[in-house]
Amino acid sequence: MPTFVRTDKCDGCKGQDKTACMYICPHDLMKLDMDGSLTGHAMKSFNQEPDQCWECYSCVKICPQNAIEARPYADIVPLGASVQPLRGTDSIMWTIKFRNGTMKRFKFPIRTTPEGSIDPYGGKPEADINNIDKPGFFVQVNGFREGDPSELICK
Amino acid sequence: MAEFGNPEIVEEEVDILIIGGGMAACGTAYEIGPWIDAAKKEGVDISVKLVDKAAVDRSGAVAQGLSAINTYIGPEQDPADYARMVSNDLMGITRDDLAYDLGRHVDESVHLFEEWGLPIWKLDENGERHNGAEGLPPLKDGGKPVRSGKWQIMINGESYKWIVAEAAKKALGVDNIQERVFIVKLVNDKKDKNRVAGAVGFSVREHKLYVYKFKACMLAAGGCVNIFRPRSVGEGQGRAWYPVWNAGSTYAMAAEAGAELTMMENRFVPTRFKDGYGPVGAWFLLFKSKATNGDGEVYMERNKDMLDDYPPYGQAAVPASCLRNHLMLKEMREGRGPIWMDTVTALANLRETLSPREVKHLEAEAWEDFLDMCIGQCGIWAGENIEPDKKNSELMPTEPYLLGSHSGCCGIWVSGPDDVGAPTTEEHPEKDKIPSHLPEGWNWGYRGMTTVTGLFTAGDGVGASGHKFSSGSHAEGRMCAKSMVKFVMDNKDWVPELDTSVEELVEEIYRPVRNYLEHKDYTTAIDVNPNYITPRMLQFRLQKIMDEYVAGVATYYTTNEHMLKLAEEKLEMLKEDSLKMRAKDLHELLRAWENYHRILTAEAHMKHIQFREESRYPGFYYRMDKNFVDEENWKCFVNSVYDKETKTWTCFKRAHKDLVDKSKLFK
Repeated sequence: MPTFVRTDKCDGCKGQDKTACMYICPHDLMKLDMDGSLTGHAMKSFNQEPDQCWECYSCVKICPQNAIEARPYADIVPLGASVQPLRGTDSIMWTIKFRNGTMKRFKFPIRTTPEGSIDPYGGKPEADINNIDKPGFFVQVNGFREGDPSELICK
Repeated sequence: MAEFGNPEIVEEEVDILIIGGGMAACGTAYEIGPWIDAAKKEGVDISVKLVDKAAVDRSGAVAQGLSAINTYIGPEQDPADYARMVSNDLMGITRDDLAYDLGRHVDESVHLFEEWGLPIWKLDENGERHNGAEGLPPLKDGGKPVRSGKWQIMINGESYKWIVAEAAKKALGVDNIQERVFIVKLVNDKKDKNRVAGAVGFSVREHKLYVYKFKACMLAAGGCVNIFRPRSVGEGQGRAWYPVWNAGSTYAMAAEAGAELTMMENRFVPTRFKDGYGPVGAWFLLFKSKATNGDGEVYMERNKDMLDDYPPYGQAAVPASCLRNHLMLKEMREGRGPIWMDTVTALANLRETLSPREVKHLEAEAWEDFLDMCIGQCGIWAGENIEPDKKNSELMPTEPYLLGSHSGCCGIWVSGPDDVGAPTTEEHPEKDKIPSHLPEGWNWGYRGMTTVTGLFTAGDGVGASGHKFSSGSHAEGRMCAKSMVKFVMDNKDWVPELDTSVEELVEEIYRPVRNYLEHKDYTTAIDVNPNYITPRMLQFRLQKIMDEYVAGVATYYTTNEHMLKLAEEKLEMLKEDSLKMRAKDLHELLRAWENYHRILTAEAHMKHIQFREESRYPGFYYRMDKNFVDEENWKCFVNSVYDKETKTWTCFKRAHKDLVDKSKLFK
């Protein structure tokens, strides 16, 4: 299901040298056609290697113009379906359209804290250098499982 | 001015380099800060840099999200139980020290994920399930997760990586993170060839080549995908089960640096929803669905006697993953396909047992399972008009994958914990065949360090363990953070010196670019030129060899010594031709190096299968000339080292030992 970019919606991230989709694609697939020489559409991005697309939807989810969609693989899937998300800061909405016209909509939480709010070491202890050789991490959040020593039959 | 073919060279020296940005690398990035602060108090300043070929927010295997955390021990289970499960699923040959150590640490990472904002499903006091944003108590305070299996817990995980990346980036500081730089090669130390001193790579955005020098390095660049011809060869070939960007870089770079690899014969052939490779775990374990042959017979019952052919691994309550494939493949080979996941019956049965509120959510739960981690499968359902309560879906075993974090155990041989009773000497009768420079025992130094001094790994990089998944990879990365800080403190006055000149490294890395620029005008068609090969065609050649000779889907996962011999010759020529790959732009240079890494990984896989004269993983691969499990001669690790000068592999055995009592699985 490679992604594709809608010519009527993509604005090339307003002429920045790097688009959101280029920034995020884990496989370096999205490319901005600066002068239109590659696609005929200047200042719009495109998927330069559709058969390497994992369909992770990272570009679809991040696009500020909602200009990116996915078309199920032409070599496998009958035509007509679409799966489109709208990702917010705490939830994601999915609209699924079947080949036969059936529609489904789902909304799921994605995060319980505000985006950008993580304070990685806030309220956490300092590391004790005397423990650097010992099991466990610098902080314990009630998850270290000591284990029954009798289980270790060679110790 | 830098331009294509004439890059700017950026040289940088740090104390610790983290290669990769996935779960393991994010674990290291998080844990390392406080230990660096502690080292500073001891008078040692430590600098760190993380280099990712993609963007940390969405890189690695969790980029798309996940619908479950597959390793959560919980207060009611013992790390020894976990080590037993890992061992049996991987047919008895895993390192209990590594699995046990991971088992006692992993929940710490899961609790942090929840604190950072990852929604984890919960059971309320009535045993009804709720999504992770409904405010039930967190796991660390005794909240009850929704178990989809003995070890798995359900999450609303679309933003799993985004959340973990936020913590990692803030912990390390964005100034210490370099994205879109692909490290392609480690460089050994000038004075000690068994030590790593640097790494080189290039930007896929700018004409810049990076040369890093360091004291210690964490190499965590994932497993290996697309060395076998995938079942989908057109547009769908990118829809690999594991992420298509995992190119074996971890194994290849470590091998070239001299690191001892382990169990590279192991592979994972997941049975998944056909074509989209959607996850089956929740369907089997949470929704209690059954898989059947084309006639509607449950093959795990029909063929259950076949499990007795492989004692004791077939006789545990949950037989090894490969054996479950083995029972299914019999149906396929004998013409009783297709294989069905009976979703219709499963959902109908659930409607009888769940509360009305839960039934209302059931359809959404089923769809979320895919939408969180395998959206493409939803596209197939929608395109084929499949609603799981009305129409069943096909299952299919995939093309083979190499990895060390999921249900696979190939990877690098690393130093384990020293407090769990692991052997400190080598007790194998063929120990004299182990190259003498390699360490004895399972803990020769710093936790997570390979047999190359200064080189550490985690996640998919660590072999002979497996079943660490996302949470375990994060925890393993955190363990490496501590040991690398210790290593740097112990080596604070050591100065890295590269054994290869920067000029030579530049020449080597940019060779595909030079091949292109030198020869591009020889023909009128850019892709057809006798002087070079495109990375794409080279990948097809690799996939054809592996598929047809090294037990891919074309031969129903079968091979033999004659076929392996042919594969060996063909891979050698392919490796020679890899020097003739072309790169017409930076994107293709990325592909060229990924495919070089794939070739080395594939070669290791082939050599290990050739060396191990048995079929240890029926259902994943069969050596038809040795189609049995030979406990007497082959219940041992197969390890190997690569000589980058002669470009040859040496395989050898290491002794296996149980550190926890496995017989408890079978009582």
